[in-house]
Amino acid sequence: MTDEVGCLKAQLEEKDKEIVALKNKLAHLEKSNASVLELYEKVTPLTPLKAKASLSNEDIMRYSRQLLLPELGVQGQLNLSKTSVLVVGCGGLGCPLAQYLAAAGIGRLGLLDYDEVELSNLHRQVLHGEENQDQAKALSAANAVKRLNSTVECIPYHLQLSSENALQLIQHGKPLVSAGALRMEGQLTVYNYRGGPCYRCLYPVPPPSETVTNCSDGGVLGVVPGIMGCFQALEVLKIASGQGSSCSQQLVMFDAQDARFRSIKLRPKQAGCAVCGENPSVTRLVDYEAFCGSAATDKCRKLNLLSRDQRITVQDYKSIIDTAEPHLLLDVRPLVEVDICHLPTSLNIPLSSLEYRKSEHIQLLQESISQLKQQMEGDCRPPVYVICKMGNDSQKAVQVMEKMSGSEVDSITVKDISGGLMAWANRIDPTFPQY
Amino acid sequence: MAAPVVIHLEFGGGAELLFNGVKDHHVTLPSQPDPWDVKQLLVWIQQNLLKERPELFVQGDSVRPGILVLINDADWELMGELEYQLQDQDNVVFISTLHGG
Ligand SMILES: [Zn+2]
Repeated sequence: MTDEVGCLKAQLEEKDKEIVALKNKLAHLEKSNASVLELYEKVTPLTPLKAKASLSNEDIMRYSRQLLLPELGVQGQLNLSKTSVLVVGCGGLGCPLAQYLAAAGIGRLGLLDYDEVELSNLHRQVLHGEENQDQAKALSAANAVKRLNSTVECIPYHLQLSSENALQLIQHGKPLVSAGALRMEGQLTVYNYRGGPCYRCLYPVPPPSETVTNCSDGGVLGVVPGIMGCFQALEVLKIASGQGSSCSQQLVMFDAQDARFRSIKLRPKQAGCAVCGENPSVTRLVDYEAFCGSAATDKCRKLNLLSRDQRITVQDYKSIIDTAEPHLLLDVRPLVEVDICHLPTSLNIPLSSLEYRKSEHIQLLQESISQLKQQMEGDCRPPVYVICKMGNDSQKAVQVMEKMSGSEVDSITVKDISGGLMAWANRIDPTFPQY
Repeated sequence: MAAPVVIHLEFGGGAELLFNGVKDHHVTLPSQPDPWDVKQLLVWIQQNLLKERPELFVQGDSVRPGILVLINDADWELMGELEYQLQDQDNVVFISTLHGG
C-alpha cells in the first residue's frame, strides 16, 4: 500500500516537472513569435520607458557576471534598464555598439539607418548575415539584437538623421558618444557631457566637402570600427549606469598599425560657441548638408567636370575594342585597386602621379603615346581613353592630360569612360569583379 | 638669433596622405631672428614637406577646418593656436577627423 502511494507520488512529481518544462517551452515560443519587429519609416512618439523597481530572477542570472562588479552593481543594472540609446548608423561601428548595449541590458535601443545590407558590408558590419542582403540595415540589426536579448525594446528606423527628424528622435542636451574609423585608425570623443565641448565648439567651421572621406572610398579593416564601436558601447554603458565617462573633452585616437591608444585633451566648452555658448546664434537645427556642402550619406557623389564630347560610354568603348581601333587605355586608379581587377590592355598611372607629374610615370606615358602614334602613322592626335572605378577620377585625369597634351606629351585626343569599371561590369562584362 | 628648434611632427586621420603617407617627421627648424611660432611652422611645412594638394591642409594662414592641431597632447586652442612659440622637442600633431565607419 505505502509502496503504491510512494510510487504514485513520484509519478505525479515527474508529471509536474514535465508540465513546468512544457509551460516554459510555450512561454519561450510565444515570446519569440511576439518579437516580429516593425520597421519605422518615420518618427512617431513613444511611451516613456518605465523604470524597473527590482531585478527579476532571470535578470539576476543573465547579468550575474556584470552585477558582481562593484562599478556596476544592482543600481547600475537598473539604471541601464531605464536608459534609451539611439544608435545612428547600423554599420561597422553601430553593429558592435548595439550588440554590446543589448547584451548588457539597455532598456530601449533606437536603431537608425537609411541603407540596405550589401555583401561588401559584411566584413565589418557583423550583426548582418548573408541572408540579410537587400534588407534594411536597421531591421536586420534589430532582429539580430532581439535574438541576443529579447527583453531589450528595439525600434528600427529606416531613415536618415536630418534637421527635420533629429529633435523628434533626440532630446536636447543628451550626451553624444561619437566615433569614426577609417583605414587603420579610429577616433572617439564624448560631446555635450559634464561641461565639456559640443561638436560645434570643436568644429565651428565645416570642413570643405571634398575632404570628408568615407568608408566607401577610403577602405577600412573591419576590426578597426569593431574596436571603436565596442569602445563607444563601453562609454555609453558607463554613462547610462551612472559611473560616468572620462572621455568628455578628450579625443581618444587608436592607431591599429602600432596597436596604440592615445588620449588628447581638447578645448573646454566655448563661451562663444554658436550652439552651446552664452549667446547662441543657432537656435534651431541647420541643415547639415547645406552647412557642409556635402551629403550626409556615405554614397559616392558623381562629379560632372567634362562636356559630353569629352566622355564615351562603356558601350562605345566596347565597340572600340571590337573594331580593334588603335588607342591607349589609361587606368588612373591607385595600384592597390588595380591589383584587385583591371582590363587586360590598360596602362596604370595613378591620378596622383599625373597631378604631380611623377617623372617615371610621365616618361612611361610619353613612350606609350609615341608608340601608338607610330603605329597609327598618319593620325596626329592618337586617342587616349581614361578609366577609373566610378568615373570621377577619370574626369579629373582628362583635365590634367588636356593640359599636358602638345607640351609634356604628344598631342592627343583624351576622353574618359563614363561610369568607369563598375559600369563596365554592370553593362558589358558581368564576370568582371565589383568592389 | 633664436637657435634651431628640433620638433616631432605627426599627421593622422588621413592627413598623412598629403605627406606621401608618412605619419612621423622629425624636423629641424633653422635658426632665425625671432622664435618659431605655429603660424611660421605652417608656412615651413608647406614649403618643405607638403607633397599633395595644399588646399586640403591650409586655408588662409591657418589649417583648414576639420583638421585638429594638438601640441604636446593638448588641443592647440589651449596653447595659443597660431601664436604658440615652439620649444625644442615639442610634439605637434595634425589630425583629420574621421566620420563614420
Ligand atoms: Zn558648443
